[in-house]
Amino acid sequence: MSNAQVFLEFEKPIEVLFEQLDKIKEVGKEGEIDISKSIIDIEDKIHKKRLEIYKNLTGWQRVQISRHPERPYTLYYVSKMCRQFQELHGDRYFKDDKAIVGGLAKLDDQTVMFIGHQKGTNTKMRQYRNFGMPNPEGYRKALRLMKLAEKFNIPVVTLIDTPGAYPGIEAEERGQAEAIARNLLEMAQLKVPILCYIIGEGASGGAIGIGLGDRVFMLENTWYSVISPESCSSILWHSWDYKEQAAEALKLTADHMYKFGLIDGVVPEPLGGAHHNPEETAKTLKAHIKKNLAELMKLSVDKRIKIRIDKYSAMGKTK
Amino acid sequence: MGWFKRLREGIQTTTEEKKEVPDGLWHKCIECSHTSTTKELIENFWCCSQCNHHFRIDSNTYFDIIFDKKPKLLFEHLEPIDMLGFVDLKPYKQRLLDTQKKTGLKDALSVGIGKVNDNTLIVACMDFKFIGGSMGSVVGEKIALAIDLAIKKKYPLLIISKTGGARMMESAFSLMQMAKTSAKLSQLGKAGLPYFSLMTDPTTGGVTASFAMLGDVNLAEPKALIGFAGPRVIKETIKRDLPEGFQTSEFLLEAGFLDVIVKRKDLKDTLSNLILFFKN
Ligand SMILES: [Zn+2]
Repeated sequence: MSNAQVFLEFEKPIEVLFEQLDKIKEVGKEGEIDISKSIIDIEDKIHKKRLEIYKNLTGWQRVQISRHPERPYTLYYVSKMCRQFQELHGDRYFKDDKAIVGGLAKLDDQTVMFIGHQKGTNTKMRQYRNFGMPNPEGYRKALRLMKLAEKFNIPVVTLIDTPGAYPGIEAEERGQAEAIARNLLEMAQLKVPILCYIIGEGASGGAIGIGLGDRVFMLENTWYSVISPESCSSILWHSWDYKEQAAEALKLTADHMYKFGLIDGVVPEPLGGAHHNPEETAKTLKAHIKKNLAELMKLSVDKRIKIRIDKYSAMGKTK
Repeated sequence: MGWFKRLREGIQTTTEEKKEVPDGLWHKCIECSHTSTTKELIENFWCCSQCNHHFRIDSNTYFDIIFDKKPKLLFEHLEPIDMLGFVDLKPYKQRLLDTQKKTGLKDALSVGIGKVNDNTLIVACMDFKFIGGSMGSVVGEKIALAIDLAIKKKYPLLIISKTGGARMMESAFSLMQMAKTSAKLSQLGKAGLPYFSLMTDPTTGGVTASFAMLGDVNLAEPKALIGFAGPRVIKETIKRDLPEGFQTSEFLLEAGFLDVIVKRKDLKDTLSNLILFFKN
């Protein structure tokens, strides 16, 4: 098990314990005192503290975990879950968007079309990936790959993790809104199964643009909302300072979303979040995908599309 | 022409409190400062006689302009509820009550069915004065029901957008209306029925990124603001000024996302022509 090196602000008590652990290990190097028991004690304390903190996370804390810089992204999961992966680039109209990746992979014996947002793992790559904020060509690449999958009866799995579709001049010129809208329309009628997973941030149109599916799941420490807590604070509270309140008010956690019937389930993460044990998370995710794909592939095309559309038709509450 | 008489009757009677533009005899154009009387504006389809600025109007006024006679309003029983117990500076529940009282509307979209130059059309029209024309569960559900009716009766559909986008106080419920309305439109398309989308000032956010952009024919009023992200957000992101005319109807037409820009005075005839083309 790897121990994440970047502590979030609410993990301060754990960080303090790690500092104690480091100090004791320093003392141990001098070799005069037996420290083995102290180490076990502190490691036990760390585990208990982590359990305590992670038992009752607030909405805002989940948002922070979902954005943890060491959190695994789409390409990591695909590489861990699949033997082979062939990335496929470009929308065939304008260019290759780097914030959305996609391609064919073998999930054990099953060919799957994976499509997902991709964030960078260091400063340079974060810029290269535009911080996971796609331009229209990203959504159009996604649609091209979905239609390719449909042609060869290959199921589609999307992995969602975006702070939003990019709000830029060129994005508007090339039709960000049209690209997302088109995907929603086409995904509603796609003949192959579509499984969607929120693996990090599920920000609004940028997320749902590859997020309409037969079944939609959220990893435990992710969020899905019509707007980010920061922007919500800025608009409704007229200040950037109410992001914590906004995160609570938006009820954006996986638990809330499941309770509201807006997603089909929650995928558990290891204690401390997906980044604490990415391999275990990938293993859980793989089993989850396999089980759900097997169920969806048993249905006839017409039945699957009808159930899919009926599900979305039932979303929304009115008097 | 009958529409003028009906418009005036409408204004003098029930729709008076629902007017988008302020009451009173004089209206100042925000573009050129020209002042017009209410009567002049009604005669001119709520457009400035000097600069053709299209005043923001409500669903009732659009219905008066489009339909031959007063339409039958549909799904009026639907009302919003506060699913999340959302509180910002004001509880959503209170915001709804206040807005309903102020506007006389139950939510931000009305659906009417009637004849347009003798052709039946279902029109779903947004009201900007209801929490910025934002899309929540009621807007999505009314569009879904309008589509079901269109499929059942084989009628064409027009949706008039006038919106700031999603309704934040309904969070993910609001977001899912993008998927819901688009999925329902895919059924309308499969049934072979035409869908016309009219974008008016403003049309932004999740509405643009769902049903507004999905018309078999995409229409817009002149000089409307149409976009995914709002201009303020884009400016803050890219940290430079936006080009002249950015995100206007004319800009979108040039970029290839609109079929036609239609002046309000031509709207009714344009629609009835389109209906006839697709009846072929
Ligand atoms: Zn004027």
